[in-house]
Amino acid sequence: MIRHAFLVCLMFAASLAPAARAAELPSLAEAAGRYAISSGSIIAFRVDQVGGGGIRGRFGKFSGTFNLKAGDLAHSTVNFDLKPESVSTGQDRVDAFLRSGAVFDSGHFDTISFRSDRVEQTGQDSARITGTLTAKGRSASESFDVKLTAWSGRRIAFNVSGRIFRSRYAMDVGTPIYSNVVQFDMTIEGRRG
Amino acid sequence: MRRPVHRFDLLTIILHWLIAILILGLIALGVVMTRPSIDPVLQFSLFQWHKSLGMLALLFAVVRFVYSVIWVRVRPVGGMKPFEHLLAKITHGILLALTILVPLAGWLIASVSPLEIPTFAFNLIVVPHLPVPKSDAAEIWWVTAHAVLAYSTLALVFLHSSASLYHHYWRRDDVLTRMLNRERRLIEPSAKEPTS
Repeated sequence: MIRHAFLVCLMFAASLAPAARAAELPSLAEAAGRYAISSGSIIAFRVDQVGGGGIRGRFGKFSGTFNLKAGDLAHSTVNFDLKPESVSTGQDRVDAFLRSGAVFDSGHFDTISFRSDRVEQTGQDSARITGTLTAKGRSASESFDVKLTAWSGRRIAFNVSGRIFRSRYAMDVGTPIYSNVVQFDMTIEGRRG
Repeated sequence: MRRPVHRFDLLTIILHWLIAILILGLIALGVVMTRPSIDPVLQFSLFQWHKSLGMLALLFAVVRFVYSVIWVRVRPVGGMKPFEHLLAKITHGILLALTILVPLAGWLIASVSPLEIPTFAFNLIVVPHLPVPKSDAAEIWWVTAHAVLAYSTLALVFLHSSASLYHHYWRRDDVLTRMLNRERRLIEPSAKEPTS
């Protein structure tokens, strides 16, 4: 029973007021299952530039699934693919540059993928997911911080943030004018599949 | 404060040749970096070199302009007719103005561009954008102005250097040698002194 209560709190506390949080907590048994990442998710990123400001953008085409395992959160899995040609920064010339061989080379590498290796709980409603990110033909281990933001039975949502070094994927054009670090700030919404 | 002299001082000579090398290098860089077939990574890098060197050229040009206004006035070499001297003065004045206007127009391209790519001179100093409204139309306008002014400079540099070679090899006077900090007779003792 104690173990069950612990699992309930693992990463599924709603980001509401603390008093309301306990009432919103789904049990892992409730939340367990396979989810498809919905198109309502937001894959946003930012690259800072010297002197302030930077490039902000989103990816419009992506897909993925995650599987929350009751009683075995560490072996929960996340698979995520995005299409780099769907990048959008509000500036066509920047988009074209990002799609070119200088950055994504989306003509040759049409998918950026993430496959989780492990999930660690970091708080009552947060976790850290570590996995393999593959982009432009190069793979590296990356971690993302995950925080539960919404839960409503069939729908679950997380804020996912992470810092990725562009140089690991041969995308570090423009440094040091533009930071080597891409900061992801994503809203991942899952619907039960 | 301006003192008429027969020879250029060392600072004027050094600035003249540094700016000359920068102008020719920047025009060559400008031609290469705007080729449609260029690799985008190389293109980005060349643009940043162009901006850094352009800012250096602007700095040297401003120093040279201020220095020439307050300090340097060189007498025309012997044998020059008044209209020749006037033509030379006009050409030099326009060239001096262009050495400032061309990089200034380049700075305006970076400043009006909605891309807002910072100018990080030699990856050392952030040169702020000029306080001007940003738009694609303004960027196109200044790109054209920058190119027209740059190629006009190239044409005048050609005229200027042709004139100096004409003076050196045909008139055999000191127009070129005094910008090399040398007396002509030191390099060509048999040369006849021009008549005045």
